[in-house]
Amino acid sequence: MIAVVLTGGLLIFHTGDFPDFGDANSPANTYLSPYYLEHGQADTHAPNVVTSVLADYRGYDTMFETTVVFAAGLACFFLLRRKKSPEETTRMYRHLPTGVTLHIKEGGKLPAEDSRVFRRLDSHFVPHQIIIKNTCRLVIPFIQIFALYVVAHGHYSPGGGFQGGVLLAASIILYAISHDLRRAIRRFPEKVAALFGSLGVLIYAGTGALCLLFGANFLNYEALAPLLGVDAVMARSHGILIVEIGVAFAVMAVIIWIYYNLSSAGKHDEGL
Amino acid sequence: MTIPIDLAILTLVVISGIGALAVKDLLGAAIVFSAYSFLMCLAWAVMGAVDVAFTEAAVGAGVSTVFCVAAVFHTTRRTKD
Repeated sequence: MIAVVLTGGLLIFHTGDFPDFGDANSPANTYLSPYYLEHGQADTHAPNVVTSVLADYRGYDTMFETTVVFAAGLACFFLLRRKKSPEETTRMYRHLPTGVTLHIKEGGKLPAEDSRVFRRLDSHFVPHQIIIKNTCRLVIPFIQIFALYVVAHGHYSPGGGFQGGVLLAASIILYAISHDLRRAIRRFPEKVAALFGSLGVLIYAGTGALCLLFGANFLNYEALAPLLGVDAVMARSHGILIVEIGVAFAVMAVIIWIYYNLSSAGKHDEGL
Repeated sequence: MTIPIDLAILTLVVISGIGALAVKDLLGAAIVFSAYSFLMCLAWAVMGAVDVAFTEAAVGAGVSTVFCVAAVFHTTRRTKD
């Protein structure tokens, strides 16, 4: 407690030495920011300066941010994932035409996994919420379209790979919450999540390595100009788009993966 | 014009931050924390950092709340301290 107060006091005391908010003469505002603001559009053909700084000028940082996100997903997987317990004692099924709930004891005859008449329920009772299910089913495609727009339009408006990836993941999580976890996992299996996560990081790092192969610095997209068939400025613009897509892949897959592990305590069977 | 909005948002941020720490019910704390994230998102938007505000809204107020609720769902709802 004393250490916290002491550290906090010291930190607050020394904020007085910082330049004022928006001070035009502070070190950060004297040469670096004006350079980005003045040359960003001409260098990368991206009107949104934030995107050009994140994915082009400071692309190395963003690559390791993506790697950190992927590492978080892996850590969750290694900590939480368990083998599915062989057979639960009782299972619950709902007979869809009548809405009757059936308890099936151990050793009883289970309906087929893909039955259209019987649907398996989680062991805590779930009411039959047809309005929630259908509303979510209606909303999810629009969320996904918006997410793709955010990813593809990161040059021109706020957004980019991280935000678009999170929105895509949110649509799958919404599906898992409104229906149940097993159906979401059937739509977007765990292996696909792991594959997409590593693929996203690979796209990002691979773009950088490709630039190396073409004889430029790591992540200097100008080197890709002959490959993409455009001039150097547009190559940087396209390079930003490529790495944003990589980031979106990684973030989407990792967030869904973490959600699967966290919400079912690693069993991937019954979730929220 | 923006100063009163800033002050109002910052006051609410501090209140919800303290609230998220003070609430004994962990599920309630997760929800108050989501409110805190949303207010931070408003603060970023007022300062003109729309990209950061967007991220805060999607990650802070959306996904991290879901993660917290999922964690509470599998552990306990009451804190020990």
